[in-house]
Amino acid sequence: MNRRAWRKLVNRLAIGASVAAMAFGLAWLLSILWNVISLGVGELGWALFTQMTPAPGSQGGLANAIFGSALMVGVATLLGTPIGILAGIYLAEYGARSWLANVTRFVNDMLLSAPSIVIGLFVYAVMVATVGNFSGWAGIVALTLLMLPVVIRTTENMLLLVPNSLREAAIALGAPRWRVITSVTLRAARAGVITGVLLAVARISGETAPLLFTSLSNQFWSTDLNAPMANLPVTIFKFAMSPYEDWQRLAWAGVFLITMGVLVLNILARTLFKDELKR
Amino acid sequence: MAASPTSASVPGPNRQGLQDLIFKWTTWFFAVFVLLVMAGIIVSLVISAWPSIERFGFGFLTSSEWNPPKERFGALVPAYGTIVTSVIALIIAVPVSFGIALFLTELSPRWLKRPLGTAIELLAAIPSIVYGMWGLLVFAPIFGQYVQPWLTATLGHVPGIGILFSGPPIGIGLLCAGVILAIMIIPFIASVMRDVFELTPPMLKESAYGLGATTWEVMSKVVLPYTRAGTIGGIMLGLGRALGETMAVTFVIGNTNLLQSFSLYQSGNSITSALANEFSEASPGLHTAALIELGLILFIITLMVLAASKLMLSRMARAEGSKS
Repeated sequence: MNRRAWRKLVNRLAIGASVAAMAFGLAWLLSILWNVISLGVGELGWALFTQMTPAPGSQGGLANAIFGSALMVGVATLLGTPIGILAGIYLAEYGARSWLANVTRFVNDMLLSAPSIVIGLFVYAVMVATVGNFSGWAGIVALTLLMLPVVIRTTENMLLLVPNSLREAAIALGAPRWRVITSVTLRAARAGVITGVLLAVARISGETAPLLFTSLSNQFWSTDLNAPMANLPVTIFKFAMSPYEDWQRLAWAGVFLITMGVLVLNILARTLFKDELKR
Repeated sequence: MAASPTSASVPGPNRQGLQDLIFKWTTWFFAVFVLLVMAGIIVSLVISAWPSIERFGFGFLTSSEWNPPKERFGALVPAYGTIVTSVIALIIAVPVSFGIALFLTELSPRWLKRPLGTAIELLAAIPSIVYGMWGLLVFAPIFGQYVQPWLTATLGHVPGIGILFSGPPIGIGLLCAGVILAIMIIPFIASVMRDVFELTPPMLKESAYGLGATTWEVMSKVVLPYTRAGTIGGIMLGLGRALGETMAVTFVIGNTNLLQSFSLYQSGNSITSALANEFSEASPGLHTAALIELGLILFIITLMVLAASKLMLSRMARAEGSKS
């Protein structure tokens, strides 16, 4: 075979392998989605949202777990969003290239990819071991800590996209710095910041590992944040690992809810941000 | 201009200055808060793990005994599980991610780039518990019935590595956990690779194409050397994710604290799965401390991997910045 034909052959093989890799990646996505939908959608019904998690062999739903997850994710979002945005503002507007900002950025990126189970251990050591019982609050703190790095990072990136001329114009009008930031730059970066918050919510709503040692789970309806609290991911974990078929069916329903929620949040965040860029 | 307390729109310079300072220090405080969290994690884990560190010392890392009733603990089995599953994941994920990034940057028609890129990123958004449950109830049975016997029949006869693919094909085990991990980290590695590949100056690529280079030659001889640091950074990021992944591994690794052979088909335990399974039922005292020490070791290793990844990626970004 001459050299030219050989080079062409290698190229064809590489392109073929690349297409195969792409198909491989998509195949997993489609196969997971197909299984989650086909096995989960049949379990949806009123009982799922109105009844408590059952004992093996009896009828039930996931009402307490859905409520617990929504409550903890909601409170964690309320706590994490302002903290994350303020820290992001510091990095983008005040810290810039200073030593402190660089270190914070580095550490924030570490926390962004650090194992979430370690965050759970940390909150356990600080809030559960000292008090003596698992609690909803501990779960909320763990989720907040997981959400923070995402919000900080996107807030900073989005603020940096705002052109400096906007800031200068506002300062030239005599606006103090905090007003420039809150009503001009932050407002200009609004869509991006909201995108970051949505992605962060998507991330924490499926987190299981940090909740195992913090909020644990609860078989009953509970609104007491100082007691163990039911939540979807830990319930799914328990039910899916069990040998009982009705528990596994409920777990598929839970997985369906979580997957759809997370995907909707992600797609919402992407379209929101894309529209903003077009404007 | 006098300060007028009733009109908020024209406040005096002093009040404005004060508000400015308060705002600035509030943002400063929350930035420092991030550093405090990191320090707090390390300090609290060291304190909580101290009984175990004191009792076992370095022997903790080399002992394979994990015996809660006798209070004897060693990290070898879970550490082995973590390392083996992560290596399997990288072996599968790196070439696949490279192929995906190549497809997205060089081959894909323009209109397909965005939807395909989004699809791969959605793969990253799916929570790990979904991978875990799917892996246990859907993937592992298929894997044990079709893939493992095939591997035994082919790779199982290769001298040297044959032992890795021996034993009863039961689906769940180290190999299955590695495959599921690979699927989970592909999107992370692929999107970093795609981003750094797109940083290659078009002029370089066009010159190579102009000289008659094929797509593969442009990729392997121009783009890859130019983006080496960023590519390695992306792989390290994927490794960091794989080391710390919990739920997906816990479902499919089998959760046994015994190592009988080098077969990848056997059940095992990783640091994260040991924590997920035992921690909430561990008796306070040495058992808990030993588990927390496992977590501490995992945290330190992932921090080092992630720091290396970050340095690689920022070197890439700096090289890029100095040229433009």
